[in-house]
Amino acid sequence: MPDRLTRADVERIAALAHLDLTPDEIDLFTPQLADILEYAERLQAVDVSGADDVWHPGGSDCPRRPDSVRPSLDREDTLSNAPDGVAAAASEQGGFFRVPRVIG
Amino acid sequence: MAGASRPAETETAGSIRDDVRTGRRSAVEVCRHYLDRIADGDGRWNAFTAVFQDEALARAAEIDRRRDEWRDRPLLGVPVTIKDVICTRGQLTTAASRILTGFRPPYDATVAARLREAGAVLVGKTNCDEFAMGSSTEHSAYGPSRNPWDPARTPGGSSGGAAAAVAAGLTPVSIGSDTGGSIRQPAAFCGIVGLKPTYGRVSRYGLLAFASSLDQIGPLTRTVGDAALVLGVLAGHDPCDATSAEAPVTDYAAALHRDAAGLRVGVPAALLERTDAGIDAEVLNAYRKAMGVLQAAGAVLIDIELPHAEYAVPVYYLVAPAEASSNLARYDGVRYGSRAGATDGGAGDETSAISSMYDRTRDAGFGAEVKRRIMLGTYALSAGYYDAYYRRAQRVRGLIRRDYSRAFDRDAGPGVDVVAMPTTPAPAFRLGEHLQDPLAMYLGDVFTVSANLTGLPAISAPAGFTAGGLPVGLQLVGRAFDEATLLRLAHAYERTAATGRKAPGTRD
Repeated sequence: MPDRLTRADVERIAALAHLDLTPDEIDLFTPQLADILEYAERLQAVDVSGADDVWHPGGSDCPRRPDSVRPSLDREDTLSNAPDGVAAAASEQGGFFRVPRVIG
Repeated sequence: MAGASRPAETETAGSIRDDVRTGRRSAVEVCRHYLDRIADGDGRWNAFTAVFQDEALARAAEIDRRRDEWRDRPLLGVPVTIKDVICTRGQLTTAASRILTGFRPPYDATVAARLREAGAVLVGKTNCDEFAMGSSTEHSAYGPSRNPWDPARTPGGSSGGAAAAVAAGLTPVSIGSDTGGSIRQPAAFCGIVGLKPTYGRVSRYGLLAFASSLDQIGPLTRTVGDAALVLGVLAGHDPCDATSAEAPVTDYAAALHRDAAGLRVGVPAALLERTDAGIDAEVLNAYRKAMGVLQAAGAVLIDIELPHAEYAVPVYYLVAPAEASSNLARYDGVRYGSRAGATDGGAGDETSAISSMYDRTRDAGFGAEVKRRIMLGTYALSAGYYDAYYRRAQRVRGLIRRDYSRAFDRDAGPGVDVVAMPTTPAPAFRLGEHLQDPLAMYLGDVFTVSANLTGLPAISAPAGFTAGGLPVGLQLVGRAFDEATLLRLAHAYERTAATGRKAPGTRD
């Protein structure tokens, strides 16, 4: 059985999940998540030999379709929802999402 | 006058449709009536996140103009509300989350398009727990909805606004989503009918995904007949959802004409005794009475074993958060919703500006319950823990599915047609009662999550009241794609028990 979840675990998971948690949130979540995981420990007692993993209730059929060109979402409609979208009409190189610096 | 002969709390979609079809009332008259009720009543219930007053009236007027041409449309002139996790083109859709502030989808969910095509008038969006994560509607950026039977209590969740709106007579039909009981539990808490169809029966295209192997869309209505009517509109294959089933859609309304004689109903007596949450004495009493009613209606009760169903809650609270942690990765402040500013990321800062923008946007945009589930799911999927948590949960999920398959099996098992159990172990709890203890809230989902883990269809129907006047729900779980039998039995129960069509405040 894994050890009870610690603050350091919560900080590590928050980084993986891209959540900039405040110290108060870490204080709140650490015992709550630890309680939930301890409750889930009862699954370790279940005999799962011979059990199938169920990933999906619909079965394993993966329907296929022809890879043909079809209409998709309108670019300007889509950009209109972005916090920092630059419409094609707005500039010569428009029609994109603007984001903060990626490198460095 | 509109609705004079039938108070809005008990009026059905079918009767509205018939009135509009025959010209007894106009669609505009019906629409105004419900918009007025929302304007007057929603201050108390907080069931709505948006009301589409002008668009709804314009649509109703169009229906009146084209009444003869559209007369066969099954929901002609029927007001319908949509849970805020389902996309409506150009109309506010936020999943009750700050992170989707101002989001107006550029497309309709398939269910929204089908409802419009069926002649329904979409009047607004209903409140819910953020991204449908919760059992009380308290985890909403819009604040909690309230239960029309007792405003100090929750209407349930996550489709709590949807259930409250139907129970309070603000709409005859609400469309909700159900990942672990989010249609059935609020239906039980509010004394109405809630149906989670079989996984794949209704297209999920345009539903903001929470847990993709568990999510399903379905109706909340006042009667089983309306649930059948609306399911007939929602169900069917959709090329935009690869998991939607090709299975033919049966005539659900026709199934209601058959009585319950000879239907085999499984009673999982041992499960009811073993539940960790404990089961409220009045709920158990209502359930036993309901079993008597089913017998009186001609059904045969059969004791069954579901030996792994008691593990459904821990399985669910590993699988659903794992899927959520992946699905909610898309909310990063780039394509939609709100964005928090990046930290400067000066020389020597190892976090890039974009990475700090992601982290800050997500911390500011998501509420506590969503963060808890993202964290839980991230942990269950992370290196070193995957086998112990996520993989093991999926295998126990397989055992739960096997339990149900065996119960339904006519050769190797008792061969029941339907499994019956309470929808919830207790009636509606007080607002705030479980907010500090998420695990206590989760334990209340013990009877609903199995249907999602297995993909099976399930319905909650009103099964009377506690001495304190709170509604209790009876849940029926059926074979995959056999919603017809569920509806048939639920309808026979509704007719025999006659507990269904009461309005809050009018109980004797």
